[in-house]
Amino acid sequence: MSILVNRDSRLITIGLTGKQGTFHTLQSRDYGTNVVGGVTPGKGGMVHEGIPVYNSTYQAVKETEANVAMIMVPPRFAADSILESIDAGVELIIAITEGIPINDMVKVRSVLNNSKSRLIGPNCPGIITPGECKVGIMPGHIHMPGSVGVISRSGTLTYEAVYQLTQRDIGQSTCVGIGGDPVNGTNFIDCLDLFEKDKDTEAVIMIGEIGGNAETEAAKWIRDNMNKPVVSFIAGASAPAGKRMGHAGAIISGGDDTAEAKYKVLEECGITLARSPAELGEKLASVL
Amino acid sequence: MNVHEYQAKGLMRKFDISVLDGEVAKTAAEAVEVAKKLGGNIWVVKAQIHAGGRGLGGGVKLAKSLDEVEQFAKEIIGMQLVTHQTGPEGKKVQKVLVEAGCDIAQEYYFGIVLDRDSGKITMMACEEGGVNIEDVAHNTPERIIKVAIDPATGFTPYVGRKLAFAIGLEGDTMKKCVKFLSGLYELYTQKDCSVAEINPLVVTKQGDVIALDAKLNFDENALFRHPDIEQLRDPTEESADELEASKSGLSYISLDGSIGCLVNGAGLAMATMDIIKIMGGEPANFLDVGGGATKETVEKAFKIILNDKNVKAILVNIFGGIMKCDIIAEGIIAAAKSLDLKVPLIVRLEGTNVAVGKKLLQESGLAITAANDLADAAKKAVSAAKGEL
Repeated sequence: MSILVNRDSRLITIGLTGKQGTFHTLQSRDYGTNVVGGVTPGKGGMVHEGIPVYNSTYQAVKETEANVAMIMVPPRFAADSILESIDAGVELIIAITEGIPINDMVKVRSVLNNSKSRLIGPNCPGIITPGECKVGIMPGHIHMPGSVGVISRSGTLTYEAVYQLTQRDIGQSTCVGIGGDPVNGTNFIDCLDLFEKDKDTEAVIMIGEIGGNAETEAAKWIRDNMNKPVVSFIAGASAPAGKRMGHAGAIISGGDDTAEAKYKVLEECGITLARSPAELGEKLASVL
Repeated sequence: MNVHEYQAKGLMRKFDISVLDGEVAKTAAEAVEVAKKLGGNIWVVKAQIHAGGRGLGGGVKLAKSLDEVEQFAKEIIGMQLVTHQTGPEGKKVQKVLVEAGCDIAQEYYFGIVLDRDSGKITMMACEEGGVNIEDVAHNTPERIIKVAIDPATGFTPYVGRKLAFAIGLEGDTMKKCVKFLSGLYELYTQKDCSVAEINPLVVTKQGDVIALDAKLNFDENALFRHPDIEQLRDPTEESADELEASKSGLSYISLDGSIGCLVNGAGLAMATMDIIKIMGGEPANFLDVGGGATKETVEKAFKIILNDKNVKAILVNIFGGIMKCDIIAEGIIAAAKSLDLKVPLIVRLEGTNVAVGKKLLQESGLAITAANDLADAAKKAVSAAKGEL
């Protein structure tokens, strides 16, 4: 078992025919993901790299029975594509796009709250259940099937964590990038809950960063609800206050959102800390 | 993106939000002209820099005569203003805003921000104005009244009444406050602000509701649909290197250390800085090349890193996903050739197209120290920066 995606997932890519859309959809298909279609308005009817293209998400879902949509469209059109996917009833929407205006996401979140869809991201690497299904831009070959769940606000730092696990022969159940934006669809707690319920996940790595209080809220949730061990690293201990560190969400504003403040709460809640990003694999091995 | 107070107030006027009459001046003579035009017998001369705490630093003065306007403008324009937000070196003041005075009866705080937990735009009010709102939020959070706005309805008058009543306003003043907040919400949403802060908002002895100060920040990701806001950008307020980097799609922030970092992904870039520090070194910068970098942008990134004369070693840490290792390798090779690279270069490549990338670097004949993993890379970079590699 795993969470969110598996070998039964049926993927469509929104923005399939673009350069990035094509590259990463093919990489996902090569990994074993069941890619059933793509959407590019105006290019419906064509077959791109062996994948049927549709004009709308509605049509794609109707024809292919897709249940997962990967959003690979440029930031100014991305919110619209997410909204269309929600309206078309896609169960799981994974938005890779970076740089979507915050106010667009505020509207998306409101619509999302009243829908049956789940959104992962935006500004995230996607999700992978090793050996079964990859939806996103992560390099598939560094993963291996196993029992560690990985959740992260950062893309490449997730790869780092996975790499360290695989080097130690520790496999992963599912790896989820929830994204670095201040407004996203799925948060740490949603994923922790899924991992706690997943019988094949034995432990979880949670990678956070400075800014906001998602990690401290998650820590309290873990203390009250979770039996499986959690290891956590917070990126940005060396970051100065008031400077946005790339991610729109990674900025120290209040003082309670520094790495140190977050570590303190995490430790109080019984979470194993990896204070160095090079210790993620080692610390996880210590709790298994 | 940050704008000056006078620019923020200019925008507010367009949205019918009441601010004091005033104009910006670049010289003392201009300041006097503005004061004459405004009339009255009391004026405020305010330094225009992108930082708070200007009053405490001596950048805001109350002038009781035209002579004083001239004198204060002379003092402030050209001064190196130091506040708690500028850093110890301060910021050079290029312009002042000259405003008409007003009879203040009471000061309040109003703000609009995004509440990350609910994902909603949230309006805040506090009975105490002119204070550091972070301190109030930390020490006495119950004194800040918050109302989250449903994006489906937007601002509706009850939201304004709720906030106005909560801070003790009544009658006509309450109504003026509701109008003020309605306008501010429209400005916030229509222009894609990320912060709108009025601190203080004042009620005058005549019962008017006016923004005495105004701070607006804009969402960089939404500037594509607001060319009018983009035009307000003051390049002298931003670091030349950071500006140059953002033009190339790079996210760069200059720091004080000696190890230049070139990383893909914001999280990994921060983690790389963190581990450098853990290993006993100091990062010279945060630099995320992003996912869409080309050979040229990587070359540009090297150029920007090397502009910092404190850099004694460069650590390249790439974990390819959307970014391909061979593109990075090509960029490194091009940069080493065109920039006459003299500092030690430590490279750690992993992920998408890693084999091709490593091969390119090997065949280039460049003096590159390869690193096996994150810890190894950081250790080598720290040694190299100390001249011990």
